[in-house]
Amino acid sequence: MAEVALEKDIQTQDRWSGGQPPMKASYGKLMMWYFLLSDAFTFAGFLISYGALRFSSPTWPDPDFVFSSAPFGIHHAPLIFVTFMTFVLIASSVTMVRAVLEGHQENKSGVVKYLLMTIVGGLIFLGSQAWEWTTLIAKEHVTIHTNPFGRHTEAGVYLEDEHGRPYPAGAERETFEAGDGYLIHKDHETGKWIKRLYRTESGEEKRLEFGPRAFGALFFFITGFHGFHVFTGVVILLIVLINSINGVYGARKNGYEMVEKVGLYWHFVDLVWVFVFLVFYLL
Amino acid sequence: MAHSYEEGKAVAMRGLYLLGVITIVEVLIALFGNGHLIEGVELPKYIMYPIMIGLSLYKAYFIVYFFMHLAYEVSDLRLSVLLPTMLLIWALIAFLMEGHYWGERRAEVNPEYREVFEKKTNSAEDGESMIQLDDAIWQELI
Repeated sequence: MAEVALEKDIQTQDRWSGGQPPMKASYGKLMMWYFLLSDAFTFAGFLISYGALRFSSPTWPDPDFVFSSAPFGIHHAPLIFVTFMTFVLIASSVTMVRAVLEGHQENKSGVVKYLLMTIVGGLIFLGSQAWEWTTLIAKEHVTIHTNPFGRHTEAGVYLEDEHGRPYPAGAERETFEAGDGYLIHKDHETGKWIKRLYRTESGEEKRLEFGPRAFGALFFFITGFHGFHVFTGVVILLIVLINSINGVYGARKNGYEMVEKVGLYWHFVDLVWVFVFLVFYLL
Repeated sequence: MAHSYEEGKAVAMRGLYLLGVITIVEVLIALFGNGHLIEGVELPKYIMYPIMIGLSLYKAYFIVYFFMHLAYEVSDLRLSVLLPTMLLIWALIAFLMEGHYWGERRAEVNPEYREVFEKKTNSAEDGESMIQLDDAIWQELI
């Protein structure tokens, strides 16, 4: 045992005594790791501020209510669309692993094939996010300073229908429980918000109020910052793809190290999505 | 490279299955726990949240260690990347506690806040105009 430990000590000392890269990684790869570390702190800052603001508000919108529509007219299907987006990102991460592996084999056609698949995955993800943003902005009128999504803190009954008109006598009135989400709609003709009148269990009559304003800003900034990473990732992947096709990396004879470095960045984008998915959609 | 081509392919496939299955499990827990699958059946948050956070951390570990190959790097590199992230544990605790405190403060001032707020917004109908009122409300509260 003692001999083994001694040998390990000598190896460690040797690595740091000059003449070779002590981390056994090239400068570029090392700097990619430290860039990703700093980027992780940026995202952590965003997500932690999201958590702090969410903890401070009893009426934070219910994610199962806010994110419940999908393309092709699917409504009231919480989490389905975003789960699809998550799978796309996971799949593109796996094809990226394969591209790096083919690179180590100096197999150009393999690298090109898997890079292409990764890029397609990235584009599908970006398209899905564009659809999600369009729904929130154009249909539900969420902006960075107005958030029509809220949550009831008390059970009660609506006194007005969806168009803001009092229910006719004898009509069945819509009820809600504490914790139910609501969305304040906008009247298409007048452009005014329809803040429905309701009566709570304790007998108070109130109108719907906007939800926590920070919700929109946090959602658009955090998913936007992540989407921007996906976008730059796709652009860099395209450049690496063109260079691979032209044989730039093949000529370097270093196992397509550039593909490996871009791969680190791409996996990081997937890693961040794990946490964005957790705090925005699951919790 | 610490592992062979065939091993690498196996790791990629394992990652695909593992991450996919964990994601499905997470989504099912979220849907089931919030009563979307079976009407009226819900899980308490203190059971749901730790499971979902734990599974997400496992996903993160798998991506960093095997997809990004950190498991095969020398320990000096591994530690230089992983140790600084430990600072986030402190940040998380501090800021979530602070957020909780804001929530309590908000509840304390809420009746007064609401009164002032309603007086100010009676004339203004739409959400955009609320922003200009913010400073006035703040002044009155202080």
